[in-house]
This record gives sequence, structure tokens and C-alpha cells, in this order.
Amino acid sequence: MTKARVLIRPKAGILDPQGQTVERALPALGFEGVSQVHVGRMVELEVEDPSRLEDMCEKLLANPLVEDYEVVLLP
Amino acid sequence: MKFGVVRFPGSCDDVDALLACRRFGDAELLWHADPGLGDVDAVVIPGGFSYGDYLRAGAIARFAPVMESVAEFARAGGPVLGICNGFQVLCEAGLLPGALLPNRELRFLCRQVDVLVERDDTFFTRACTRGDALSIPVKHMSGRWYSSERRLAELEENGQVAFRYAPGQNPNGSAGDVAAVCSAEGNVVGLMPHPEHAVDALLGSADGGMLFASAASQPAAV
Repeated sequence: MTKARVLIRPKAGILDPQGQTVERALPALGFEGVSQVHVGRMVELEVEDPSRLEDMCEKLLANPLVEDYEVVLLP
Repeated sequence: MKFGVVRFPGSCDDVDALLACRRFGDAELLWHADPGLGDVDAVVIPGGFSYGDYLRAGAIARFAPVMESVAEFARAGGPVLGICNGFQVLCEAGLLPGALLPNRELRFLCRQVDVLVERDDTFFTRACTRGDALSIPVKHMSGRWYSSERRLAELEENGQVAFRYAPGQNPNGSAGDVAAVCSAEGNVVGLMPHPEHAVDALLGSADGGMLFASAASQPAAV
């Protein structure tokens, strides 16, 4: 089994109100100098055949119309 | 005219949709695990939180056994109406264009809005007149319909915007103030507002009844 992590985030250019809210909250706590905050999701999974991960992302884990994804294989 | 209203685990507006349909025709519930659609003439995918909205609203319901039949029915020209979560399911299934994102203000919205009729010739809007304002409630968390600018321009060109929020009333930040879209053929319609909650003056408005009346106004074209 291969362990993998799929990182899913809103596509660039699509309004991300969660990211914006976090970005505005950080300076309120004294964390200045933060920009381009985007909030997404992470899916961890173990797969027999990692070559099928891409297809899983396209068909279910992400909505490719509005989200980008990145597959990270773990040791 | 017989409507079939799909019930998924987590649907919550299925009974209201069923009762709204019954004002204008026969209607029965279809279960998500059903392999077929029986003898229904039109399908309604109601609102709610199918499969707990896990992953993304509508993402899991799209793979329910009944959805295979719904997709087949839609591709053969059968009329399908998706309301709120039903709209999300139809977008996830690729039967309608675009995607529904969390509301711009990240809050659950529940309010009465006016929508303007853009298409008065689809199966579910043919009893309306273009330009009519319908007062129908919205109640959703992820109702910000999104499409890229280029794709939206194509959809406008094809006449696939069925309803638009009245000026200044877009509650969720949807692209182009879109409240409802339809398939290129016009047989599949999806909208965020809930027409099934506006079928009697006692509910504040009976305007939503127009969608069900439209469907029942002629024999099903299938």
C-alpha cells in the first residue's frame, strides 16, 4: 500500500472568502505581513495502485472546475 | 403527469417537493438506491443535505444508484428539476453547467428573494413569462453558482440562464446574478431558490407553483 495525501484548494482567481477571512484575522493577533491565504482540504489515503490517484481526484476528491489538487506520495 | 421526487439519505425537502408536485399532478418518492425511475414523466431532485454534504455538497449523491437512471433519463430528453441540493447534485453529475461554492458571506442564508424569469420555454418555466418576477425563498450555505467568465458568456449566448436574482438581491454572490440554469436542450433545470416552499399564499407566496404548473401544463415530451 502506498500512503498518499491529496491537497485540494480553490482555483486561482475564484473568490475564496475563507482564505480572505483568515487573512484578515491574522493581523488582529499581531501576525503582520501575511498575504495570499487560501483554505482548502486534505485527503489522506492508502492505495494499492497510486497511478489511479489522478483519476480519483478528477472524478470525486476534487471538482476540477473550481479546485486545483496536488497528489503527494508519502514514504 | 407523474413526478418522481428522489429521496437521498439527508434529503429534507423531499416531502415539501412531493406535496408541491401533487398540487399539479401525480407524484411519488423515488429512493436513492432504486435502480430505475418507474413510470415517472419528470424527476425532481429536492433540497437537503444528501449524504451529509460530505466532501462537497452533491459530490456523493451523484454516485447513488438512482442517479444513473436520472442521467440516462435526462440525456434522453426527460425533464429533470434540481432544487438547491438537487441543483448541486446535477452540477456535480455534469448534467448542468457550473458549480456551487460556499456563499460569499460564508453564512447560511434564509430569506425571500425575487428572481426574474429569463427563459419561459423550458419544461419547468413555460407557464411563466420572460421578465416576470417570482418571489421564492432561498435557504442555503453553498449557493454561489460559479462559472468562468468565458463559459458564462457562452451560456448566456445559448440562453442557459433560466432565472436571475432581481437587481440588488443576489444573496450569495453567484456569477452573473444567476439563480437558475438549464441544460442546452432546456430539459434539465436547476435553481437555488425553493419553489416547493412557495406554492400557497399561506406560505407568503404561491409563485413557486409556476414551475410545477409548467411541468404539468402539457403531456411529458418523453
